[in-house]
Amino acid sequence: MAQITLVEAITQALAFEMQRDPKVIVFGEDVGLNGGVFRATDGLQARFGRERVLDTPLAENMIAGIAVGMATQGLRPVAEFQFMGFIYPALDQILSHAARYRNRTRGRLSCPVVYRAPYGGGIHAPEHHSESTEALFAHIPGLRLVVPSSPARAYGLLLAAIRDPDPVVFLEPKRIYRAVRQEVVDSGEALPLDRAFVLREGSDITLIAWGASLKEALQVAEELATEGIEAEVIDLATLKPLDIHTIIDSLEKTHRCVLIHEAARFCGLGAEVASQINEYAFDLLHAPVQRVTGFDTVMPYFQLEGAYLPGVPRIMTAVREVLEYASGGVA
Amino acid sequence: MHKPRMQLLASFDIASLQYLDESGQTTQALPDFATPDTLVALYRQMTLARMVDDRAVKMQRTGQLGTYPSSLGQEAIGVGVGAAMAKEDIYCPNYRETGALLERGVRIEEIYAIWGGDERGQNYRHAREDLPLSVPIATQMLHGAGVAFALKYKHEQLGEPIRAAVTSGGDGATSKGDFYEAINLAGDWKLPLVVVINNNQWAISLPRSGQTACKTLAQKAIAAGIPSLQVDGNDVIAVYQAVLEALQQAHAGGGPSLIEAVTYRLCDHTTADDASRYQPQEGLKEAWSKEPLRRLRTYLEGLGIWGDAQEEELQRELREILEEAVRVYRQTPRDTPTAIFEHLYETLPEAFIEQYQQLQGDS
Repeated sequence: MAQITLVEAITQALAFEMQRDPKVIVFGEDVGLNGGVFRATDGLQARFGRERVLDTPLAENMIAGIAVGMATQGLRPVAEFQFMGFIYPALDQILSHAARYRNRTRGRLSCPVVYRAPYGGGIHAPEHHSESTEALFAHIPGLRLVVPSSPARAYGLLLAAIRDPDPVVFLEPKRIYRAVRQEVVDSGEALPLDRAFVLREGSDITLIAWGASLKEALQVAEELATEGIEAEVIDLATLKPLDIHTIIDSLEKTHRCVLIHEAARFCGLGAEVASQINEYAFDLLHAPVQRVTGFDTVMPYFQLEGAYLPGVPRIMTAVREVLEYASGGVA
Repeated sequence: MHKPRMQLLASFDIASLQYLDESGQTTQALPDFATPDTLVALYRQMTLARMVDDRAVKMQRTGQLGTYPSSLGQEAIGVGVGAAMAKEDIYCPNYRETGALLERGVRIEEIYAIWGGDERGQNYRHAREDLPLSVPIATQMLHGAGVAFALKYKHEQLGEPIRAAVTSGGDGATSKGDFYEAINLAGDWKLPLVVVINNNQWAISLPRSGQTACKTLAQKAIAAGIPSLQVDGNDVIAVYQAVLEALQQAHAGGGPSLIEAVTYRLCDHTTADDASRYQPQEGLKEAWSKEPLRRLRTYLEGLGIWGDAQEEELQRELREILEEAVRVYRQTPRDTPTAIFEHLYETLPEAFIEQYQQLQGDS
């Protein structure tokens, strides 16, 4: 069986679903003949034709808006935004319409659309090409927000997103688009949405991340293991709705938690997860939850992006603090 | 100074269509559809639209309805558009389209429910496939383009009969990117889309002259490479005929077109507005002399098929319909609070069940 990368798994999932369901339409800027700037739609136009894989004029708000119209008439549009930094003109259509159509019509019409966008830093790209603003979307009622972190999960979660009857924003961590190869069975089997995945079991501390940051989280877990410390690593995968149960189950074992994300700290998704841990699992905690995140600054140009992104040393420092934390007099 | 020689690459014209002038006289032979029966039916629907709007404003003033956008003076556009559409076509409207909604089969009590603050109003019992009202300006035009794509795709790839989409917006909408992005794509992809601009001269307080230096709004279609036309928006015959032809073109695979219907907003922007702050009285007076109902009635009277007796009978019939709708609207109990969760997703995700139960317990 072929070993494929995360971006190839995206292509494979799109191809499987287009083959299975003639109502699936793929469109965006340069997705046709060129196969997308990251080649996520490579070969799809040749295979499924220009009627189903369409290059759009250059207008992100338009891409988002026509997807709404298509979806209300029973199609399954999968729209690509070239980079997350260019998605903001589309926010109006996503927030004001895609996420509201079902509710506004009390179920008469719905919006089963998938908005795909590569996101995150670390590939030495120009300004606006390295954003991690997933929290903007997590705040919107009526949306699902999904981030894969491996080829297999990219394949299974994208299939699930396309088949989901509601709108999904599907953010692809481009730093790991080609980081690893993995065997992915092209069986058409979807993975469940709204569920976190435990990537590594452990009993001493829980590391929670999504997307590309899991690379560092797993690396930290590996290093800790050499010292006999067992970290449990959770991939949130669906950021909204949040699977707090998997997190609580983990905290029942570990009692300690570090959250990692590339996005800025203030009102980042880590704040929501920490708040829910506080509400549902305060008694389980032996130490305050720590966040290791991007800084509350503008995402720097690439010379300094390494300083911005939460790397292994910063995560390790936080992990040590959480592991060594002792509440007053009880330790 | 020597003036360089240049070649003319392209030139454009904008045509204007009218059948019935403001005094109710025909300006040319009427199109085939305009039989006396059809014109009486259109007059009836325009009268109904005006009554529905008038009652809505009265209900708002007496605390029985929320903010309401009347279409007073613009009835020929809504009714003309709605009547020209085939039932199977799909309507993607803005929020000021009483006449068109009635033509599409939306119930009066549903319109009142929407502006009375109840989402259930948009769960139309008829017009099941039409899009709901869109409040953010021009956003619906992109939905219209997407709908048109879906209809074309389902026709060409899945063997379904051809249908078209009709979307509408005001003069202010033509200043937004959504408008231009929609017509640009529709032209590029040759979508079965008809874009109707209700140019009522006012975007809240900004007059048409403040929106653009363009002489007409119809000419904006030139930049998208699609045909366009200006019609007298107070002449329901012209509106109907223009939409009919645009739809015939769309159904035949000829692609999109744009119709600018010129009219005048004879009312406030909404009940929350006071147009006397900015609308000159003389302009309003002149606009009233051109309004759409009187001219059609004058024409029908000239044909000898309309008079006070018919008018009284019509008013009586429509009042009855209206009273029944008002009764249904008023008697509809408020939705259960948990409804705000029930259509958020097809199935409420587990993560929100606690909030759902909390609301259930509160209410």
